[in-house]
Amino acid sequence: MCEGLSRNCNISIILFRPFQWFYFKVQFPVTVRRSDNTSESSTLGYNYRRHLSERFIEALLFLMAFVSVAITLAIVVMLVTESLSFFEHVSLWEFLTDTQWTPLFDNAHYGILPLVSGTVVSSAVALLVAIPMGTITAIYLSEFAPFTVREVAKPFLELLGGVPTVVYGYFALLFVTPLLQKIFPELPGFSLLSAGLVMGIMIIPYVSSMAEDAMRAVPMHLREGSYAMGATRFQTAVRVVMPGAFSGIAAAYILGISRAVGETMVVAIAAGMQPNLTWNPMEPAATITAYIVQVSLGDLPHGSIGYQTIFAAGLTLLLITLVFNIIGHLLRKRFREVY
Amino acid sequence: MVEDFSSVHSGDVSSSQYKSEVRNLSFYYGSFSALKNINMMLHEKKVTALIGPSGCGKSTFLRCFNRMHDLYPGNRYIGEIILHPDNVNILSRSVDPIEVRMRISMVFQKPNPFPKSIYENVAYGLRVRGVRRRAILDEKVEDALRGAALWDEVKDRLHQLAYNLSGGQQQRLCIARALATDPEILLFDEPTSALDPIATASIEELIADLKDKVTILIVTHNMQQAARVSDYTAYMYLGEVIEFGVTDTIFIKPKNKQTEDYITGRFG
Repeated sequence: MCEGLSRNCNISIILFRPFQWFYFKVQFPVTVRRSDNTSESSTLGYNYRRHLSERFIEALLFLMAFVSVAITLAIVVMLVTESLSFFEHVSLWEFLTDTQWTPLFDNAHYGILPLVSGTVVSSAVALLVAIPMGTITAIYLSEFAPFTVREVAKPFLELLGGVPTVVYGYFALLFVTPLLQKIFPELPGFSLLSAGLVMGIMIIPYVSSMAEDAMRAVPMHLREGSYAMGATRFQTAVRVVMPGAFSGIAAAYILGISRAVGETMVVAIAAGMQPNLTWNPMEPAATITAYIVQVSLGDLPHGSIGYQTIFAAGLTLLLITLVFNIIGHLLRKRFREVY
Repeated sequence: MVEDFSSVHSGDVSSSQYKSEVRNLSFYYGSFSALKNINMMLHEKKVTALIGPSGCGKSTFLRCFNRMHDLYPGNRYIGEIILHPDNVNILSRSVDPIEVRMRISMVFQKPNPFPKSIYENVAYGLRVRGVRRRAILDEKVEDALRGAALWDEVKDRLHQLAYNLSGGQQQRLCIARALATDPEILLFDEPTSALDPIATASIEELIADLKDKVTILIVTHNMQQAARVSDYTAYMYLGEVIEFGVTDTIFIKPKNKQTEDYITGRFG
């Protein structure tokens, strides 16, 4: 879901291509002539069996590709319909401007802002860690690391991305928070800061591996051009390779943002679950995702207003990630690599 | 090296100063011997062409001059390239390759402008040397672009992306980039092989103009091009310089049978 727009575009290409391809095959049915006589198509005739099996494989692949599109659409439809019935009870204005989110209390308030602020603050902390660290790691691995170092470091980095997020959550709560409390004694047991820091560490491999791929895709002749002008490796990396890989690096950042916004386990465990309209990372707060977990685990009756709140919250989350995906897509189009 | 130095100088171009002397240069990619005991010289403010069949080591030789091979592991130089007037062996371990590249610029086979504006491409060499003053940059960029016969075409769009230029313009931009830092030697690695005939002609004209200012070493696949632009020519085969001398002599009366076969098109 979070991969959103760019993924969908690729799928649309897959969806439409088989038909064009089919036209070609029908108009120019050329079979490959073989030098040995093992094939039945020793003449240049139309091989129905082969084309039938090709069509079958095509149809199968189409179906598989279509399933993911259909599921995406189904999720969106479900979110929108459930949210619509939520907005029959709560006005959009109240949803967007109320500063309290207490849908499960007697005195219910339905303002999404506290959840948005928690999401924004924890994501911002995470990105302050992940973007610089990820970029530096990518520059090192792509431009400086000797072959052997890269071969060892990359799997470890990918391992970091493979650690279950719930482990990161407890790591944040039981290790990072006490550590931070030594520096900031007034830090509560749950805080956006410690959740955000750990989330940032979690996202580093995503950012660095995608940014590194983009930087390594910059052709060698551009680097050589820079070295030939007397540039050092660092100057080459920063002034030629990074601008050359801009769209890929931007895509890596956008992916990092999407992951931070959508991350659930770490914030649910380490940031506390009280919705709290704050921009201070030292406070506990709930994010949109943490709230959804909280309500999903509870025993609210289907169709109740409390139950519908999670769809409204989910739709908000989807729209936020969608916006970032669109920005990423536009950036990629605007700064398309032309070497 | 089949010729000795004295016979090289029997040509009709009056002997000039050497900008650089290559002495017993061999080069290895790992254990593969790509250059074998090369001896020749670059005459100051002349164009020297390297010709020979594909894979004979022309580009490898050219790239020794700016220590480009240092970028990849497992490469090894043996012998010397002496740069005058310093009289220093630029292949020596005690010489910083970055210093070498600051004095010996290179233009590549495929135009390789950076993903920057036209202006920033030309200013690149100055910027990596720490030049910040706008006035100096402006002046040097304009000079270099004029030197590369590109100024009139781009003066109104200096801040557009360099990729918007045509192939020939991009190559002239790369020449301007190389010129902006006032190099002593300019290396050309088949600079026109990716260009159409008109762009090729303009680059060749440019090379002819540039030799008043700078010593040029050019690798070319095109023998007519070597004949047109160069004062001296070296014919290379399998990592060796088979014959080196004044271009007219090489093309009209080569001393070596192999050179003659190659030039007359019987081989290569």
